[in-house]
Amino acid sequence: MAGRDQVFALIDCNSFYASCERVFRPDLAKTPIVVLRNNDGCVIARSYDAKPFVKMGAPYFQIKDVLRQHGVQVFSSNYALYGDMSERVMTIIESMVPAVEVYSIDEAFADLTGMPGDLTTFGRTIRAAVYKRTGIPVGVGIAPTKTLAKLANHTAKRLQAHTGGVVDICDPVKRDWVLRNTDVGEVWGVGRRMKAHLETMNIKTAMDLAEADPWTLRQKFSVVIEKIARELTGTSCLELTEAEPAKQEICSSRMFGKRLTAIEPIKEAVATYVERAAEKLRAQSSLCKKIRVSIRTGMFNPEEAKYANGALVELPYPTNDVRLLTKAAVEAVNRLFRPGFKYSKAEVLLMDLRQPGEFTDDLFAQSQPVTAEKVMGVLDEINQRWGRGTLRTGSVPAKADWWMRREKLSRCFTTKIDKLWIVKCN
Amino acid sequence: MSVTILGPLLAGGETFPLYSFRIPAGFPSPAADHIEKHISLDELFDIRAPHVYLAKIEGDSMQGAGIFCGDLVIVNRSLNAEYGDIVIAGLNAEPICKRLHRRDNVVMLLSANSKYPPRYVMEGDELVIWGVVTYSVRDHGRS
Repeated sequence: MAGRDQVFALIDCNSFYASCERVFRPDLAKTPIVVLRNNDGCVIARSYDAKPFVKMGAPYFQIKDVLRQHGVQVFSSNYALYGDMSERVMTIIESMVPAVEVYSIDEAFADLTGMPGDLTTFGRTIRAAVYKRTGIPVGVGIAPTKTLAKLANHTAKRLQAHTGGVVDICDPVKRDWVLRNTDVGEVWGVGRRMKAHLETMNIKTAMDLAEADPWTLRQKFSVVIEKIARELTGTSCLELTEAEPAKQEICSSRMFGKRLTAIEPIKEAVATYVERAAEKLRAQSSLCKKIRVSIRTGMFNPEEAKYANGALVELPYPTNDVRLLTKAAVEAVNRLFRPGFKYSKAEVLLMDLRQPGEFTDDLFAQSQPVTAEKVMGVLDEINQRWGRGTLRTGSVPAKADWWMRREKLSRCFTTKIDKLWIVKCN
Repeated sequence: MSVTILGPLLAGGETFPLYSFRIPAGFPSPAADHIEKHISLDELFDIRAPHVYLAKIEGDSMQGAGIFCGDLVIVNRSLNAEYGDIVIAGLNAEPICKRLHRRDNVVMLLSANSKYPPRYVMEGDELVIWGVVTYSVRDHGRS
């Protein structure tokens, strides 16, 4: 019976970051908005009305004048705000449907199998509820498979005025219309390379892919593309994954807010990234056995000498102790650092992750002392209650000039009591 | 005879708060039978709900309604604003806090301070109701 009569929805926030910036700024309802990536580097989000003026990924310093000319409002990425608004949106969706897979910060799959009544109407109900309670506009695509739901959602967005943001293609006639009118490159899971390959086989629309012979696809490409093609015909191959599997690697990397030439601030930065990575490690209750640290200079300025290097440190036992990890990472920086370069970025990667109890070491292998577990438990509890960074290792500074540049940051309207939205009473 | 182990009863069910006073060795606490849930302002204000937001008030126009400059207001976005409610609204793109009112079919925004005249919402004005104020919180200077 699996796969029969299933119904999925993909609910996706429109220009999510830009929409979040608008929630507490009614004055920006009709102003085009762009959001810059970490360190105010390049554009990572645009409101609809900013799209004609700005390309995705455009470096900020190159387009400054164009933005000013068109009155586009610029923001640094405010992840505290986006994370909080995302949680609100997802909680509302979860309260309305039987099962949800939160797919990313701004999209979620929902299982609508067996929901009574007209699904387009239900889609509109979700859309209205999310908008009323958060101010974030969403699009809803409804279909018998996840791949088709994604496509329906894409159509809802593309033909916003026509569809009111909700498209249900459970009806094969509608489904075929969408398949015929969608470029194969727009199909979920088809990348630019794959698109080029497919086009040489005369597969140009989503319909062409749906009608292609699954066996040929599997032989020529992979089972993944075969599954995509089957999903396009309405046979569900991808289920809802409700619980996110534990990550195999955890990365924390960031550009410095300015170029660094001395070793001390680089050590501080690396210790800070380790702190964040170790927090994520403990949040998924894993231990790690290896840590890789890499540092590099800028890569694009022809005037500057280039250097990039990484070091892998094997830890004495699988651990989640930030003190041990920091010690290893700082030692790695000692080995990697060469004077005379202008460093721009560091990366910390926790590798060889395992769940406690899932691995068997030999009888005499050392394991993490119980006291370390206790200390880490207290550390996380304190930081959860009093805010991130309240309790930290001595290598992590309270404030530093190499921190990310975020000059155009909006307020953390929903997450900091001293940064709340201010409403005038006069 | 077969035996089925049921496991600990109530596991995963509701957990009750244990009062933190020590159990005296001699007499059981007379309060033990009266344990209730802890009081939670989060629950009262419902501020963990996805549709509830906090804002800070600047200005004295709502004083008469007990909302002073510097107060926090709890704003519920899921309620439909009714006439008589104190609302957060965007009037011509400016966020304001007023009482929503209607007289002779004209929508008005009332202040609660005689210094400020009522504001009639006329054609050409754009009024967007952002949310309804449900509670307000004041700092009395000893926090």
